[in-house]
Order: sequence, then C-alpha cells, then structure tokens
Amino acid sequence: MSTRMIAEGLLTDEDDPRLIGGRDRETGRIVFPMPVGGDAERFDPVPLRRDGTIWSWTVQRFAPKSPPYVGTLPFEPFALAYVELPGEVIVESRLTGFVFDALDCGLPVRLTTIPFGTAPDGATLTTFAFEPAA
Amino acid sequence: MSDTVCIVGIGIHPFGRTDGMTGLDMGVASVRSALADAGVGWEDIQFAYGGSDSAGNADTMVARLGLTGIQFINVKNGCATGGSALFGTLATIRSGEFDLGVAVGFDKHPRGAFDPRPAEWGLPEWVGETGLMLTTQFFATKIHRYMHEFGISATSLGRVAEKAYANGQHADHAWRRSPVDLETIMTSQMVSDPLTKYMFCSPAEGAVALVLASEKKARALGGPIIRLDAAAMRTRPAGSFEVFAPSIDIVRGGSATQNASRAAFEAAGIGPGDIDVAQIQDTEAGAEIMYMAENGFCADGEQEQWLAEGRTTLGGALPINTDGGCLACGEPIGASGLRQVYENVVQLRGDGGARQVPGDPKTAYSHVYGAPGVSACTIMTR
Repeated sequence: MSTRMIAEGLLTDEDDPRLIGGRDRETGRIVFPMPVGGDAERFDPVPLRRDGTIWSWTVQRFAPKSPPYVGTLPFEPFALAYVELPGEVIVESRLTGFVFDALDCGLPVRLTTIPFGTAPDGATLTTFAFEPAA
Repeated sequence: MSDTVCIVGIGIHPFGRTDGMTGLDMGVASVRSALADAGVGWEDIQFAYGGSDSAGNADTMVARLGLTGIQFINVKNGCATGGSALFGTLATIRSGEFDLGVAVGFDKHPRGAFDPRPAEWGLPEWVGETGLMLTTQFFATKIHRYMHEFGISATSLGRVAEKAYANGQHADHAWRRSPVDLETIMTSQMVSDPLTKYMFCSPAEGAVALVLASEKKARALGGPIIRLDAAAMRTRPAGSFEVFAPSIDIVRGGSATQNASRAAFEAAGIGPGDIDVAQIQDTEAGAEIMYMAENGFCADGEQEQWLAEGRTTLGGALPINTDGGCLACGEPIGASGLRQVYENVVQLRGDGGARQVPGDPKTAYSHVYGAPGVSACTIMTR
C-alpha cells in the first residue's frame, strides 16, 4: 500500500523533514502553513525548526464531522496542541506518543509524521505531529 | 440628527429546539412579539436590519409581516450578525434618516458541533481533513493556556456553568431549565479538556427582534425609556488568538473583544466599573472567565476569587449572564447577540421576575465573540 501526506507543501523534502511556514517579507512575521494563491504575495517559504514546547493543549474526544474529517474509523481520541517553535511561531498540531493525563503546558516536543487515515484509493494518509522530545 | 436612540420593543422566540418551525418562522414570531411590546404595527416600521448564519435571508420575512415596501438590509456577519444588525439600526436612527426600525436575528442549526468547511474560512482543506478545525478545540486550548498563565482552576469553570443553569431555570426563553450541581458538572463527560459536557453550549434555534426609536419617537410611544448608548463591532487585530487559527504569533497582541469593548465604553462615556449587569459570550465556561477580563471588568486571574465569592451571581456585585447565557440558552448564531440585549432590556425594565438583578440596575453591557475573530459589544442605560 502506498503512503502519502494529506497535502503537498506542508513539509520539506528531507530525510528528517521540517514544516514549511511563510515569512512576511516586510515584517519578518512567520505564519503556518505557507500561504497559497493570492494570500502568498507577501510571504516567502521558510522551513520551521523541529523542536518546541507545548503552548497549550486539549484532547479531541469526539469524532469530528465527516466531511471534512477523513481520519480512521472507528474514531480514536487524539491529543492536539499549539506548539511554540521558539523565535518563530506557534503552530496547531496533533500530538503523538503522550499519555493524555501527562500533558501539560511547557513540555518539550519534536516534529514527526503519523498515519491518521485512509484515502478512497486505499493509500495511507499521513500528517505532521509532535512527539515527546527525549 | 438624534443622538439618543432607545429600545422600545423586545421580542423573542424561545431558544432550544422547535420542530416544525423554520428559522424564518421564529424570526417572524419574534418581530411580531417585539412590535406588540412596543405598541406599534409593522406598517409603522420604516426600516429593518436582520440576518441569520444558516437559516435564510431576513428580508424574505416581509412576505409574512407585510409588503409595506420598506428598506430591509440583510446582515451576514458570523457570530456578530445580531450585533452588526443592531449597529446598523442604531446608526441609521442616529443619522436622522429614520426614527423607527427593527433589528432581527434568527437561526436554526443541525444538532452537534458546527461543521465549518475550510474553504469558507480561507483555510486549506487539510486543516479540516486532519481534524484540526473544531471550535471546541479553540476554546479548550485558549482557556487551558489562560488557566496555566493566570492560575484559574477547573472548579472556576464549573462555577460558571453552575451559575448559568441556576439562572436559566428562571428564564422562559432558555433551553436548559434545570439547575445542575457543581459535582455533576465537574464529573460529566470530558468533551475537550479541560471542558466537560456541561461546560459547553450547543448550537440551537431561536430568534430575537428589537424595535429601536429616536428618543422623540420613544417618548411619543410612552413606554419605558431604555437608551442604547453604544453598539460597536470589531474584527481581529494583529497577534490575536482566534477560532480556526493554524498558527498564532508568539508575541501576543490584543483581541477583537478588547477593541470592541473599548470602542463601546468610549462611545458611551462610562467605564466597566459603572456597569450593573452584563451578558458576556459564554460559548463555554472558560470563555466567560476570559472575557470578563478582556471586557475590562477585572484583571487577568482575579476571576478565581470573583467566582469563589459569587460576585457574578444574580445577587453579586456584577451579575453576568442573568438568563443563563449561551450555556443555558444554546447558540443560534444569528440570534445570540440580540438575546443578550433582550435580556438586558428585561433587567433594566425590572421585569426579570425570579432572575431579576436586585438594586434597580441602570446600566447594562453585552458582548459577543465568534469566528473568525469578530466581536460586538453594546451598552444600554435607563
């Protein structure tokens, strides 16, 4: 079975990929994801650092409505966070590898990718996530 | 030019679920009830602003209310729909263009959480596909951070919900009419940590209409004079943290609420300390806590003590959400902001019955917030 990212342009093409953000050419402000189309006019793509800390978090305990959600069924609750990438930006992301009860603001995390669903053609869909940093 | 604008009629269709009625049906019912309250007929109304988020075009109501040919402007402004309709009505009367108009908001949503489509909010599809586009996540992560920074306990979240259901039992228009004790709230199903089932409001149905008039017209009508001193709507500033944000700035900025609140207080010429009763956006229990500070009623972190002392209960120093707010009434997007104004008029008239704020309140405040970072605030006095 093939595996593919949920969308193109989210990650750099490296062995240990990074998220691709957008840097405002005038102000230096960084956003994620890199804007596309007309929204991209002020931004240059910039790879974001892989390490950060949990700025805030919650657990998605009920199944989001489908569409738009395309995750694996039956639904399994997952943790998610706003992760602060120091000096850059705070990104919303799934978390992986955490026990829910152990989650807290300030915990160190590191970027990874995880499978989360299956495409209509049978391919495994992956997305970015942050895991506990060693 | 008529500087003073008054609310001379209020009408509401009960919130909750009304099978067999469309959102427009409820809107029509609320307008008829507001007209009756004001003692005027539809043929007396010179203009209207109205809207819903997902229940149709407000101006089609003229087929039922009467084909008088009046100017009727539709508003579709997310959670600020009602607030924006009210602003339009207020500004139109202030300008001197007309002196008697209606603002109406109504809605009817399917059961369960809202299911927004990414493209409608300027977001890539993957945000929704991967399960990162739920309003519940925003509110949960925002209050989690706030609790971490300012020492707010989970018990305070529970106290807000407990108060909402205690107040809602006394409001005829509320959906949840039974009190729920603190322990039940705290131990109910966790929906999106740290928020349990009873700490979230639900999408609902309902409608509210208000009849506004110039002061001269209001005095001629002879009812109680409730002045709408300010209605302000603002969008998000840089560095704010909003619903459906795939990223936020590390350097935190202000919020749409802070800006709308400030504008309303400036226009009214009074401050937060002058307010006797307030209706504040409580999509979930944490929202009320955060917006107490964003609207200027207390400093960040003081809510813990305020709630422990019951300062926001009906008999407290600043009663908040006296009809149970969104938690007890549910949230029909287009009607929610106008419900707050309706409730404030009830309180200022002294018609609150078992939920009446004691001490003859003379100033009232309302605040709504919603996606994608809009807020509308009003101040009224008598």
